[in-house]
Amino acid sequence: MPRVEKEYDDIPGTFVFDQERSRRGYGINMFCMSLMKAENRKAFKDNEAEYLKKFPLTPEQTEAILKRDYNRMLELGGNIYFTAKLGATDGHSFQHLAAVMTGSTQEGYAKMMLGGGRPIEGNRSKSGKHERKSKPAAKAKGRKKAGSKRG
Amino acid sequence: MAKIIAGVTSSHVPAIGAAIDNHKTEEPYWKRVFSGFEKSKEWFAKTKPDVVIGVYNDHASAFSVEIVPTFALGCAAEFPPADEGWGPRPVPVVKGHPDLAAHIAQSVILDEFDLTVINKMEVDHGLTVPMNLVMGDPNGAWPCPVIPLAVNVVLFPPPTTHRCFMLGRAIKKAVESYPEDLRVVIFGTGGMSHQISGPRAGLINSKFDKAFLDDLVKNPKKLTKIKHVDLMREAGAEGIELVMWLIMRGALDDKVDEVYRFYTVPASNTAVGHVILENKSRKSGGKAKKAPKKAGKKKK
Repeated sequence: MPRVEKEYDDIPGTFVFDQERSRRGYGINMFCMSLMKAENRKAFKDNEAEYLKKFPLTPEQTEAILKRDYNRMLELGGNIYFTAKLGATDGHSFQHLAAVMTGSTQEGYAKMMLGGGRPIEGNRSKSGKHERKSKPAAKAKGRKKAGSKRG
Repeated sequence: MAKIIAGVTSSHVPAIGAAIDNHKTEEPYWKRVFSGFEKSKEWFAKTKPDVVIGVYNDHASAFSVEIVPTFALGCAAEFPPADEGWGPRPVPVVKGHPDLAAHIAQSVILDEFDLTVINKMEVDHGLTVPMNLVMGDPNGAWPCPVIPLAVNVVLFPPPTTHRCFMLGRAIKKAVESYPEDLRVVIFGTGGMSHQISGPRAGLINSKFDKAFLDDLVKNPKKLTKIKHVDLMREAGAEGIELVMWLIMRGALDDKVDEVYRFYTVPASNTAVGHVILENKSRKSGGKAKKAPKKAGKKKK
């Protein structure tokens, strides 16, 4: 069955880990969970493709894991708190994963965060529907350019 | 009778825990974050609650995708720190308060909040990082028992802000019907704006955060109307953790004194928001009430 369109699919650059993705991605997340044990990390590193056969994964999911395509893993039902365990198994910091997912360098990503992070303006929706009007709690006085400075 | 006297919000960024555990709190980057909690530690030491209720979320430590309880109340006598892949955090075991926890479970379930009772659970940085920040260096043992309340915010949808607020109300009622004279503080953890997944990772929305803090203090009912999609759009996919703050707020009186606020960007990938709210009528423990203090000031 194709994915049923959700309201939050309009949020750009975001794969919401919902019931449908969770169901499809069960194998990815349980594989990642297995990496909490040192002996499993070793077995995986010794022969990745072989180790992955122990989990109910589609060929696309297996490929995404082997290629460390983190965005694809999220799209196919992985959750970031789980896939981060794969990153840790590879010896990567979380910031490295964030850089990979955002198509940035680790240095560039770190710099963006220090500069106040990715601004919300222009990042609310794919359709542009929500760009001008803010939500109730966001209706703060004195609008200023997001990402300029932080308190 | 027992009484909830105050509520605290705090982000629970894992990197904050790592900075503490690796003695990096004096580095300029981290000092900016930790300096915002100095007053909170003084406040906590002075307030000396008998019990803390810690509302937090697990991050694929105690719960995988096999079992996902929406609300899980820790009723055990103790909760060891979880191994999150780098060995357990070097913090003491969290001691629970099984009697009060059992009383809360009994009361809120009859109030139609069908939470899950947990008698064995390891707790991750989601709970212990805010404890470090607000209680300070535990130095061998945490200063008081902590009842963990784990909320699912990982698998969409988490409970709504309204549901969380109402659970807070039910917890307040439960605590107030507990016969022992206990002074209870409730923590709401996580947030503020952050997204750590996908191409939009790194999102920070300070304007939203600050308005959220204002509403949390003065107009929490407004926050109970926010839809998840709007929370994720404005505060980031993982910023949806903010629903947990509404449990804390619901457990307080309608009118509270904001005794402290701290906000900074970034800690790792996240905006850090921290407030301390006191009920105006803190009776249990025999403390007389003075005139409410102005927001942003610390009580002496």
